[in-house]
This record gives sequence, structure tokens and C-alpha cells, in this order.
Amino acid sequence: MAYSGKVIDHYENPRNVGSMDKEALNVGTGLVGAPACGDVMKLQIQVSDAGVIEDAKFKTFGCGSAIASSSLATEWIKGMTLEQAMSVRNTQIVEELNLPPVKIHCSVLAEDAIKSAIADYRKKQRGSQAQVGV
Amino acid sequence: MTPKLPIYMDNHATTPVDPRVLDAMLPYFLGDFGNAASRSHVFGWNAERAVEQAREQVAASIGASGREIVWTSGATESDNLAIKGAADFYRDRGNHIITAVTEHKAVLDTCKRLEKAGFEVTYLPVERDGRVNPQAVADAMTDRTIVVSLMLANNEVGTINPVAEIGQVVKARGAIFHIDAVQGVGKIAFDVASTNADLVSLSAHKMYGPKGVGALYVRRKPRVRITPIIDGGGHERGMRSGTLNVPGIVGFGKAAEISTAELADEGKRLLALRERLRLGIEARVTNTVLNGSLAHRLPGSLNISFAYVEGEALMMALKDVAVSSGSACTSASLEPSYVLRAMGVPVEMAHTSIRFGLGRFNTEEEVDYVIDLVGQKVKKLREMSPLWEMAQSGVDINGIQWAGQH
Repeated sequence: MAYSGKVIDHYENPRNVGSMDKEALNVGTGLVGAPACGDVMKLQIQVSDAGVIEDAKFKTFGCGSAIASSSLATEWIKGMTLEQAMSVRNTQIVEELNLPPVKIHCSVLAEDAIKSAIADYRKKQRGSQAQVGV
Repeated sequence: MTPKLPIYMDNHATTPVDPRVLDAMLPYFLGDFGNAASRSHVFGWNAERAVEQAREQVAASIGASGREIVWTSGATESDNLAIKGAADFYRDRGNHIITAVTEHKAVLDTCKRLEKAGFEVTYLPVERDGRVNPQAVADAMTDRTIVVSLMLANNEVGTINPVAEIGQVVKARGAIFHIDAVQGVGKIAFDVASTNADLVSLSAHKMYGPKGVGALYVRRKPRVRITPIIDGGGHERGMRSGTLNVPGIVGFGKAAEISTAELADEGKRLLALRERLRLGIEARVTNTVLNGSLAHRLPGSLNISFAYVEGEALMMALKDVAVSSGSACTSASLEPSYVLRAMGVPVEMAHTSIRFGLGRFNTEEEVDYVIDLVGQKVKKLREMSPLWEMAQSGVDINGIQWAGQH
């Protein structure tokens, strides 16, 4: 199984590797997978007041396809609204990266990571609104 | 100076054919192409003579006689023939077989098939260092045990089993002792007398010979019998029918002769090279774990876990260097290495393991290049790893409830 050129590209030239401040109110953090499975993705989003993803960062413990899937995810969701980001599907990632069947689960995890980050952001927003008494 | 790329450090998977071996084989493709079983003309006689010479060469490599060597298509076939053949022939004496969880699939799957046919199989565990304990073998033996199959050296971690002690245990109880010696013969000293081996599987392509040819040693004194698994013209004293792969066999013989002659010197050289690689990596990279016994290990073999970095990603990063990994991501079944798991290596560390297999044609220059590359790439991957980030900030990763655990 040779790696697809796109997968290698995401590894050699990773986009958006890094971390944001977990505690910041406008940051959502998704952490999915498990070390025991060999796949862990952390995906973070920084969201504007208008609900647009201004920035996204990721870190991944996993194979080349997992790294590429999460890297691609952060590339795509930058500039999207939260609703648009929620509708990113793993099948789109599979197609873009030419993932073979045995690697499809990597794309599923990336989709989960996006949703997890959005859920975390929304939870924090609800929490802060409650405090303000809105 | 960069060595020539790509670099091959996966000699447990296969080895390049030694040029001297290829030279020995070539005449048997074009000029001396006869069938070794053609008894009535010079083409057959020449082929037969070459096959018999190779037989002696392979036998000498394990301290046996040529009459005890049966040619096969490879060690997988030899393992099948040994275990199925002995189990069937001696089935009146009992139905119990003993092996270990870390054996090669050719042994494990053969045992599974025998279980379906009504045999009982005990799969012994291994110690943390990857080796089978002879006491565990003794404890597992019953008066219904007919075959014990345990490997000389493990293909994944390179650890060497105490086969001489195990052989004594097996002989004391009168069962047949089969040794899959594929990874060890040609690299470490091994002989059938001191190990009380009754059946031994051998493979050419693990000792710089061609793929597609192997052998099974079948003891004659005292006589060990096996039921053949391939029927036909009765070749190899009825034990394995089929026209012999003459060029392959000639190559195997030459490879065995070279390995035997160069064993001591090559062993020293590979051990030094391997230690250079191991110590070089350990000096450059933190949080590494050696998998398996350091003392009882094949000279060229290294299996290391790099915490917080997944094995397949590291292999992709080490482009132009051929190695392998125990990570689930590299297996078609998405299961991490069963050998590492059997040794008690935690699953997440199994996913971070890399196997290096140094061989006859590796150089110091290549080792130094790889040490440097491993240092760089592990650093880069750790910078991308959420687990490394957590570990650096003091988070106890083992204490986390992972959402994805299944």
C-alpha cells in the first residue's frame, strides 16, 4: 500500500498544527479516539461572535491517513460557519485523500473531532450565557 | 555523506539474495535445467548431484545429515508438514499439542486447523522478555501430548527461546519437538543434537537465499515419521511429492554454506552495528522502550517503542528507510501486534513500535543516517502529538476517560 500523494503532502507540509488556549470562551476543543486504538485527534476552533470559525488547529497521534484527515479538516472548516462545519462528512475526506477502505475510519474520526470541537464551544457558550443571566 | 537510498532494514521480512548465491543458481536455469528425478540421462543426473550437494550444505548448517533434509516450498509449508504430519502419524499416542502465543501464523493457524479436527492445543504464554519458560512447557505436558512446537527466535522482537532446555523437557516426556528455526539459523549457533529437535523448519529467503524454497529436518535417529500433506510422485522419500525447485535448492545450499562459514564474524559485526543503532537512538530520543530481552536477542534485531508517536506515521516519516511496525495501522486486520501484546506491552505502546532488522549488507553509514533521521522525525511527530503535549504538561494520560475507547 503506497501512501497517496495528498496524504504525504499533509504530513510533510502540515497545515494548522498547534494549540489554542483551552480556557478561552471563544475556543472549542474536540478530543476523540483513544491511545489504545492507535488514534487520538485533538481539534480546536476559534469562533467569532458571528459564529464563523476564524482559526482551527489540530494535533494527532495516528497514522499518516489520520494526520492527513485531521489536517484537511482544519483546512476546510476555517471560514465556515458552525452549521457548515457540522455538515462536513467523512466521505468527502475519503474522496479528497483517496483513502483506501482500511483507512476510512481515520476520516470518521476527523468528522467526529470537528463535531466534538463545535459541541464543546456551544457548551461553553451556553454556560457563559447562563452566568450572565441571558 | 548520505548513503545510497532507499535503505533496507527489514531483514526479518526477507533478505536480498547474496550475489554468490545467485551465481551458484544461474547454471540451473539454462544449461543444467534437468529434473532431478530424471534418472536416465545426464540432465537429470547433473540436477540430482546439485540437489544432493545442497542437501549436505543445509544439513551441515544445523548439524544434521543430508538424509534428514526434506525440501519444501518454504517455511510455511515446512511448519504445516511438521505439525500436521506428526500429529496425524502419532495420533494413536495422544491428541494434545503444545505451542506458544507468539509463534508465527504458519504454526498458529496450523494448530487452529488441527483443533477443528479434534486435537487439543495449549497456547503457552511468554514472559515479559518475550521468551517461553521451559517450566511452563513441563507443566503443560500430559501423557496425551504428542507434539510441541516452539520457535528458535521470534520474527517480531528477535528474542531467542531457551530451546536446549525446552528440548530436554520434551524429550523427558517423549513427545515430538518441532522448532521453527527460520529466524535463527544462519545467525546464531544452532544444532539438532544439543536441542533434541525432531523436526526443524528452515527458510532460504531469510538467509540471503531465494524465496520459494525451504526445508524440513526430520530426525532419523531415533526415527521420526510424518504423514505427508502433499501426495504425488513420492519425492523426498515419500514425505513431499513434487518436482524439486533445483535452482532454488542450489541457492539455498549455497546460502546455508555461506551463513555457516561467516556466522561468527557476521554475528559480531551485526551485534556492534545493532548496538550502535540502539544506543544512538536512545541518546537522541527520550521515552523509548526496547521490546524483548536485550541479552537473548538476534544480533541484528531491534524492536523499539517510541512513546506518543504512532508507528505507521513514523515509518512514513522515515521515508527511504524500510522497517516495519507492530502498530494496528499497519495490519490488514487493524489489530496491533499479537506478539507485543502477549509480552505484556501496553496496547498504546504496541502502536508506537518499530522493528529494525539489520543484515549482511547494512553499513555503519546507513545506521548513522537512520539514527539522525529517527531523531528528527520523532521530534517532529511529537510536536504534532496531543499525547506528547499532555505528557509534557504533566497530564496523566492513563487516567483519562477516552471517548473513543472500544
